[in-house]
Amino acid sequence: MSRARTALVASVGAVLALTAAACAPQSTTSSASSSSGMASGSASAGGSATAVAASCSTSSPSLYKQGQLTVATDSPAYAPWFDSNKPSNGKGFESAVAYAVAGKLGFSAAQVKWVVEPFDNSYAPGAKNFDFDINEISATAQRAKAVDFSTGYYTANQGVLVLNKSGYATATSLSALKNAKIGVQVATTSYQAVVDEIKPTKAPSVYNTTNDEIHALQNGQIDAIVTDMPTVFYLAGAELTGGKILGQFNYSGGTPEEFALLLKKNSGLTSCVNQAIAALKADGTLTKITDQWLSASANVTTLKQ
Amino acid sequence: MDVSTEDNGSGSSAETGESGDADAHMEYRPSAGQLERERFRRSRKRRDQWIATLCTVAFVVLVVVGMVASPGWERVHTYFLDYSEFTRTLPAILRGFWLNVQMFLIAEVLILVLGLLMAVVRVTRAPGLLPLRLAATLYVDVFRGVPTLLLVFLVGFGLPALQLQGTPSQPWVLGVIALVLSYTAYVAEVFRAGLNSVHPAQRNAARALGLNETQTLRHVILPQAVRTVIPPLLNDFISLQKDTALVAVLGPLEALRVAQINADYDFNYTPYLGAALLFIAITIPMTRYADRLQRKVAQRTWAEAGR
Repeated sequence: MSRARTALVASVGAVLALTAAACAPQSTTSSASSSSGMASGSASAGGSATAVAASCSTSSPSLYKQGQLTVATDSPAYAPWFDSNKPSNGKGFESAVAYAVAGKLGFSAAQVKWVVEPFDNSYAPGAKNFDFDINEISATAQRAKAVDFSTGYYTANQGVLVLNKSGYATATSLSALKNAKIGVQVATTSYQAVVDEIKPTKAPSVYNTTNDEIHALQNGQIDAIVTDMPTVFYLAGAELTGGKILGQFNYSGGTPEEFALLLKKNSGLTSCVNQAIAALKADGTLTKITDQWLSASANVTTLKQ
Repeated sequence: MDVSTEDNGSGSSAETGESGDADAHMEYRPSAGQLERERFRRSRKRRDQWIATLCTVAFVVLVVVGMVASPGWERVHTYFLDYSEFTRTLPAILRGFWLNVQMFLIAEVLILVLGLLMAVVRVTRAPGLLPLRLAATLYVDVFRGVPTLLLVFLVGFGLPALQLQGTPSQPWVLGVIALVLSYTAYVAEVFRAGLNSVHPAQRNAARALGLNETQTLRHVILPQAVRTVIPPLLNDFISLQKDTALVAVLGPLEALRVAQINADYDFNYTPYLGAALLFIAITIPMTRYADRLQRKVAQRTWAEAGR
């Protein structure tokens, strides 16, 4: 009798506690106290901050932490996007873009703080622990339902990489790769591009990192790698001996992908970041950064269907 | 009708309780006190069942209400429980899951055979077999200590890199090899525990009856040992089934990988739920079965401890 009653009381108590915990309103804002007047106004890396509206100050309440810009990327961060897995050194295309955007927003290089955010976690609903994520993320309409994307800062085309000794080294069209075993990296849009454009007879192999792709290619477990052109250039130049860039995809009617910055859904910073990117495009900074870090892909053959 | 005398002997009649001389005795009538006791026990059991049911229902209702009332529920609902996303991706995940099923079925057979061999080697006592015993011990020590994922990487990328003739290049085959290496070590230990749990007197008795070592092992020790270790073996297999997802790092499209690709493509976590449900659909029946076996073993061991 008493034991049953104790159990009943205990379970009801537990339920009440759980409900209370579940119903407790979560604070949706970050834990930054709204201190005013942190605007640094100091000269920043990317030039004048006048191109961006005043509401985008360095003490904007939308920031994850006021007075600093918290930028996320995945680890390991590969070349040519980053250099030696240190995003904070300003080297590599995306690191340079992040610092340029920060400059336009009025942050000095010292006020930019990098955090690691695995790609799989970057689109989780709820609060984020960064202001924006820069990680070669392709913006699509479907994805934009879950997060905010900035305007694109780079147009990526898919490229094909094979070994010189491979039987596919002489292929001149996408349909010639139909029976090839193709490797792609997980969480990239390359997978979809392969399925849609090449329509291979064998299911593509999906790897965690480009490093694994290279191993599989050298071991003969796959015949070709499909990934974005800058990575293809980097792999062919630095990681793979005896590799050959077969060419780039010819998108029949489809739009090539745009890499964009990822922000929290309905983030107050999205418009600020967009203004910053527009300013970088207008004054030629973005072109300069692109030319500095990414090889021109104009001279690569286009693979027709 | 050729009925042997054992079949209608004392054993069966003792079980049914209808021995031939029952009519000679008074018919059993429970006393008033006994009836009262049984009535009380029945009512107590009914009341306990009601309380348990009500508490469970109340608990579930409160948890659901608490979840739905939370401020972020709308987003969770959209990004984890999207029905259209679920139905759209499930067929592809199911195709991937077929690969998981093939992998663990093949691996389980190999693991059973190799694990048993390893265990038998470790319990032998012949002095000439010491090198084998040492090798088996070393194998178990090393492969139980290495994280399974690392083994998958080593076998999956390392073995083909050796460029040896005749090594398989199929990623899922390499993955199965890695899983077999890892789990054989665990299962060998389970079998060894089972073999050691058989009382030494059993072996001595078998030897005294004139059975040689092999016959003793085959007919006396192993049957008893295997019966003891079936529940822990099933536990290891459930664990193995989930670990087939680790093979995804080598490239093949198994259930979790397909779910990941879809989730990353649309920025919606629902496909993971689909993959989880498929794994659960296989593992829960096995877990229940393992529990039932474990209960039966316990009842056999503590026959008097029934409630």
